[in-house]
Formats: sequence, structure tokens, C-alpha cells
Amino acid sequence: MTSMTNTAPQLENELAATAVRRRRRRKEGDDDTRKTNWWATALIAVCSLTVLIPLYLAVVVALKTPDQLTAGTGFELPNPIRWENFAEAWTRTDFPQALANTAFITVGSVVFTLLTSSVVAYALARNIHRPFFKGVFFYLLAALFIPFPIIMLPLVKQTSILGLDNQVGMILLYTIYGLSLNIFIYTAYIRSIPIELEEAARIDGASTWRVFRSVIFPLLMPMNATVGILTCVWAWNDFIMPLVVLTEPSARTLPLAQYVFQGQFNTDYTVAFASYLMAMAPLLIVYIFSQRWVISGVTRGSIK
Amino acid sequence: MTITQAVRSSTPSKAVPQRAPRIRTEAKRAPSAYYWMVWPAVIAFAAFHTVPVIVGVFFSFTNYAGYGAWNFVGLSNYVNLFRDDRVLQAYGFSFLFAIVATILTNAFSLAIAMGLNAKIKARNFWRGVYFVPYILAILVIGYVFQFFFSNSLPKILAGVPLFADNILTNETWAWTAIVALAVWQSCAFAIIIYLSGLQTIPAELYEASSLDGASPWRTFRSITFPLIGAFFTINVVLSLKGFLQVFDPIVALTNGGPGTSTESVTLLIFRGGFSGGEFAYQTANAVIFFIVITIVSLFQFRVLQRREADF
Repeated sequence: MTSMTNTAPQLENELAATAVRRRRRRKEGDDDTRKTNWWATALIAVCSLTVLIPLYLAVVVALKTPDQLTAGTGFELPNPIRWENFAEAWTRTDFPQALANTAFITVGSVVFTLLTSSVVAYALARNIHRPFFKGVFFYLLAALFIPFPIIMLPLVKQTSILGLDNQVGMILLYTIYGLSLNIFIYTAYIRSIPIELEEAARIDGASTWRVFRSVIFPLLMPMNATVGILTCVWAWNDFIMPLVVLTEPSARTLPLAQYVFQGQFNTDYTVAFASYLMAMAPLLIVYIFSQRWVISGVTRGSIK
Repeated sequence: MTITQAVRSSTPSKAVPQRAPRIRTEAKRAPSAYYWMVWPAVIAFAAFHTVPVIVGVFFSFTNYAGYGAWNFVGLSNYVNLFRDDRVLQAYGFSFLFAIVATILTNAFSLAIAMGLNAKIKARNFWRGVYFVPYILAILVIGYVFQFFFSNSLPKILAGVPLFADNILTNETWAWTAIVALAVWQSCAFAIIIYLSGLQTIPAELYEASSLDGASPWRTFRSITFPLIGAFFTINVVLSLKGFLQVFDPIVALTNGGPGTSTESVTLLIFRGGFSGGEFAYQTANAVIFFIVITIVSLFQFRVLQRREADF
């Protein structure tokens, strides 16, 4: 749209075009000609209660007074609603600090993972016939079998000696420990990218790094989504690694912050649940808005 | 061209004979940029993964407590492991838990995946709902389950003695609550994998079987299950390996109790290694655990893949 005069008709055209496109897409998505299976629908709906009931429980308990809670089973609707639980949980867990730590670690891990794993996987996938690269590939892959407990104890010593028992160290560890699985996911996909695309770029004088940046990395977007989602969920929710590695209380992540409510029995349940909700909320909200995209991304990563 | 010229040009300069060896060296060595891409990752991985593994294996032959002086003790850590009731109990619990949880996870998620693959109303919405547990921290949702088991259930099922007395404090049955939580969460990912498997099955096969008058059970047994064999293998191997290392659900629900009845191997290594002064001893335990997990995983792969190949 270059000038204002033809904006209106053009917009109209565009709208019509989108409408057609949308209709066509809906038709394509609905290529399933079977009859609606009402039994399956009912069954799926009933079973989904197992997912929804714990979430419902978390919400209603977080909005009650301790007296209301002890009077019932926990499932009753709160009356009156007590919002102060959230304020108290906010201060008691030092929520802004924990949120900032978790967000920093998660964003850092995702960014570094995407930048490093894809480069390594590219080099390995294109040279897998060479002994050195094949060796590296299997070396990294073998680590998938090593359970975390075996490195847990020495790792704690090592990170504290190197001064990496903080958020930066966590980013480094998530990036490195994710390498095995990510390379597995990336290499299979890179090998399906036709090599002619690269050769064309090379004839134009592009270096290997340039080829990766301008040709390969943009083509990797579906896999970047998968790896990004898996890394994000892992880094955000992980409990055992921050538990053993982080030493400063100020470096605490959200899952660790929830740990303070353990052992302070029943009386604190309402505040604790408000805190749990606040810890779950950020990722849950992001998920609600990107749901279809997340699922299709994970599906691609898990099978290819 | 004179003879001398010909001789001179065959010596290393820029004539034809030089080309052949150059191509060969190029085929052997990749452009240096590829090495620059790989080396930093290999070094970092070796430093933060392989070195701790080696250090761990090294200390498993000593009596290091995590601090202070230490001596070599040879294999005595390993020998003692097999005489330690607490360790044997942890292995027993981990295996019982992992086998039950693997069976339940795969049965439930396959059933739900088939439901989600059928033609149902609001299919994408339900798929979204079933994936929610995956994105929630198991530790945090575990506290919600703990409240449910210890406060809600005793009031709702006051007539059933098992639940009325809070199942989490029941030495014999507390592990079933942990199974419930772990299965609840891991079904989400397994469903997605099964769903992507089911979508690879061509619809014509089902049309053919319905023309032949096959029953739903027969269709499942003869078409669906064999064709998603690879996905079944992946799910079973991954879930057993993951469940053997169970940690978060236990911390959230029972913290190993009552007594040590729900103490998994990972929890034991964590507790003994960090606060029990058993650094070397529990590292030896971790080495054994690694060997056990590897053997179990490889064994499963062989058995399950042979079954796949039969078809």
C-alpha cells in the first residue's frame, strides 16, 4: 500500500482474500469425513477433569481464609474471597527476586542453547562421515545415558570452586547438559536440508559461518521452536539442579522459593497455594496463548 | 614444451599432478570453520560433564566424606552397597515405582491419544488441556496433590480407612500416591508422542478393516498397535529411565517417608551425599545406578525392537 487513495479498495480486496484463505484452510483442517464420535468426546471431556481439578483446587484454596479451609474439604467456593493471600505470598517468598532469577536463567538458557546447539549440530551433520565428527556425535549422545546423580556431587564442588554457583552458572549448565538431546533433534533435521542450497551460497562466496547464518539457521526455525520450548520448560521448572548448585539465597528460583512452605504445616496452606499459583502462572499464561504452536513444535521434535 | 620444462612443472608448483593429493586431503579434513564450531562445545562438555563423571568415579574408590582428608579404600564402597539394607530398599522402591508408573503412563496415554485422534468436538482444545501438566513444575503441582491427599481425601472418603488416615503417612501404600502424581504429569508428553504416531497411520487401513467387519478391539490389535510400535518403544524406554530417577514427586509428597519407605535411589544419593557425609559412598551408589540404568535401557530396546521387527 503506497498511497492513501487506493487504500480502501485494496483493503477490501485483501479482506476478501483472507476470507477465502481462511475458508480454504478450515476446509483443509476438516478433511476428516468421519462422523463425530460422541462417545469419545464425552470420555475425553470426563478424563480431562483429572487435569482441571487440581488446577481448580489450587485456585479456590488460594482465595480462602484459613478458617474456611479447615471447615471444608478444600473444594468449596471461597466466600468471601481473600486476595491478601497473594500479597503475603509475594513478600514471604520474595517473589519479584525469584521471578527475576528464574526468568533470567530461562531466557539465557534458551538463547544460548539455540545459538550453540544449532551450530554444533550443523557442523556434525555435514561432516558425519569424518571420524572426528562422528566421534564427537557419539560422545555427546552417550551422555544421555548418564543419570544426573552420578555428576551431582562432584559438580557441586566444581561449580563452587569456579565461582559458578550462581545464575550465570545455571545458564551455562543448562546449555551444556541440553546439548546431547538437542544435537540429536537438530542433526536429523539438518540432514534433510538439501546441500544444494549451501553450494549455491558458497559459489556466491559465502564462508561456512555465513552459510550457517544466512541459509541454515533461518531454515531451522521449526526445530528452534521445539528446542526452545523444551529448554524453556526444563529451565523454568527444574528443581534438583538449582537445589544443589545455587548457594546464595538471593539466587533462588521459583521452584526453590516454594520449598519454604514445606514443614510449616496446615496453617499456611492458603498463602502457600497463592504462591504456587504465582509460580505456575507465567508459563501457563504464555502456554494458553501459544498452545497450538507449542504442541505442533513438540510433536515435530519428538518424532523426527 | 621442452623436457626440462616438463620435469620442472611436475615438481610441486601449480601444475596438474599436485591436484590429486590436494583433493584427497580435502576429503579427509573438513574446512577449519567446522572445527571451530565443534571444539568449544566439546571442551565445555568435557569440562562440565565428563570431568565430574571421572571425578565421581575416582572418589567412589575413596572414603571421602565431602570435606577433610581421604584415603583409598578400593572396592569396599561397592561391596558395602550390596550389604546396605537402606540402599537395597531404595532400589526396590525405585524399580517397583518405575515399572508400575511406566505401565500406567503408557496405558492411559495410549488410550487418551486414541480418543484425541478420533473425530471429537473441539479437538484442539482438548489436546491443549491434556498438555498442561507438562508445563507445570512437578514440585509445585506436587504440593497441590499433597494437600489433596492429606486434607481433602480424608474428608471426602471418610468411610474408607485407607484414605481416611491420609495415605501419605501409610508405610505400605504411600508409594501409590507418588505413582498417581508422576503418571499425572508424564502422561502429557507421552500422549503427544502417541498422537504423532497415530497420525502416521493411513485412514484407508481403517476403512478396509471396517469393510471386513473387524471389531474395534481387533482393529486396535492388528492395525493400530503394530503400526505405532516405534512410538511405543520410545515411550516405554524413556518413561522407565525417567521414573527410575524419580526425585521431585517424592520431595513434594512424602520426602521419602514415612521412615524410608518411599526413598528412591536419587533421593538417597542426594541425602546421603550432601548431608549424610557419605560423599564417596553415595557416588559409588551413583556409578552402580548408572550401570543399572544403561543395562535396563539397552535390554528394553532390544526386546521391544525385536517385537517391532516381527511385524
